[in-house]
Amino acid sequence: MTAMLRTTDLGKSFLLHLQGGLRIPVLDHVDISVAAGECVALVGASGAGKSTLLRSLYGNYRADAGAILIQHAGQLIDIAHASPRDIVKVRADTLGYVSQFLRVVPRVAAIDIVAEAARDMPPEAARDRARALLLRLNIPTRLHALPPATFSGGEQQRINLARGFMGSHPILLLDEPTASLDNANRDIVVDMIREAKQCRTAIVGIFHDVAVRDAVADRLYQVTPIQDS
Amino acid sequence: MPDETLLSARGLSLRFGAIPALIDVDADLWPGEVLAIAGESGSGKSTLLNVLSGRLTPDDGVVWYRDTQAKLQDVHAMPQPALRALHRSDWGFVQQNPRENLRMGVSAGGNVGERLMAQGSRHYGRIRDQAADWLTQVEIDVARIDDLPRTFSGGMLQRLQIARTLVTHPRLVFMDEPTGGLDVSVQARLLDLIRGLVRRLDIAVVLVTHDLAVARLLAHRIMVMQRGRVVESGLTDQVLDDPQHAYTQLLVSSVLQA
Repeated sequence: MTAMLRTTDLGKSFLLHLQGGLRIPVLDHVDISVAAGECVALVGASGAGKSTLLRSLYGNYRADAGAILIQHAGQLIDIAHASPRDIVKVRADTLGYVSQFLRVVPRVAAIDIVAEAARDMPPEAARDRARALLLRLNIPTRLHALPPATFSGGEQQRINLARGFMGSHPILLLDEPTASLDNANRDIVVDMIREAKQCRTAIVGIFHDVAVRDAVADRLYQVTPIQDS
Repeated sequence: MPDETLLSARGLSLRFGAIPALIDVDADLWPGEVLAIAGESGSGKSTLLNVLSGRLTPDDGVVWYRDTQAKLQDVHAMPQPALRALHRSDWGFVQQNPRENLRMGVSAGGNVGERLMAQGSRHYGRIRDQAADWLTQVEIDVARIDDLPRTFSGGMLQRLQIARTLVTHPRLVFMDEPTGGLDVSVQARLLDLIRGLVRRLDIAVVLVTHDLAVARLLAHRIMVMQRGRVVESGLTDQVLDDPQHAYTQLLVSSVLQA
């Protein structure tokens, strides 16, 4: 099986200049491999570095050791060393990400936020798909034209999920996708993740909810805190 | 995306008397890309914008622009008429204060049509149609086409300036704090407008802003300047969420959370 995403000896530390140059090592020797159609769940204690790892995979944090190899348009791109422009391209076509919090231009309608994440789709088809995703996630039609700033936490998270699934990227990174959802919506998200896997999507996720994790993950990857020396 | 840059600057330096405004600055911009230049007042970001756009000549360094014939032009070696022609057609410049770019004694439609006429359009009806179309695109009521800009609000003036700038379908637009002088309620709408237009028309933008949130929402890449130097550059969200340089860490950690 070829890996869609693979890290080798990945390391990450933070150097805090404002705290007198304090260096905080977070990740060390991380080797993960995820194949198409497979879901790997990151597990570990709070503060172990799960989110840091996920953000590094997306290029949102800069890995400072090792490699993050992504299958992109028939070639391997190393996110840890790629140019910003290449990372932009990889994110556009290959690598999707659902963050914990929605961050968007204020005053843009929910449906436009979701539709805009479409890939290779005419605008009308994108709107139809966005509408269908929002309805599936129980965001009623009357909310589609509203900017999500005033939505509840759970509603905002579902907008974020709709946006993340909109592009059907071959690789999807999920950061606590069900954290503020009720059981009914949680089950819908589980179904969506399962369907994405059937469509050969490679998934890496952090799932706080053990039931969700058990329902979608094929393997666990233990993130261990680096001991202070 | 093609691999050839639209604009490339190497080793730009400029002093104003004893004060170094730019120190050995390199920059690259690819077609369709939005590049933010961020920093505090006096960091040199507006000076850099003016040097990149040929409005200010550096003491040292060069700015190359790849024209529509894919020929490299040394921006500061171009004859003035050629540079002016570039600014009228292929390039656009959006000022923080729209009054600097608009003609306040000419109607809104006239302000938009003027750039088309400067490019050689002569058919009045067609110019007016295009002006009306652009007013609609920037969400200005077409009924206002014959009104003078001085009857417009600040946000409308800024949108009118954007219509005037984009009507010639420039490949490259320089923007100096485009949302700077506006009320917050107007900023959001303008940001969304700029983002939509830039995406749809595939325009490359060099955007000067002191507002990191604006950079995050609009720019693919960011350059952070301090005292005339670029201290850090890279992918916008990476630079803002995982800043490496001490100054960038200070900037990012100093932003108030609303």
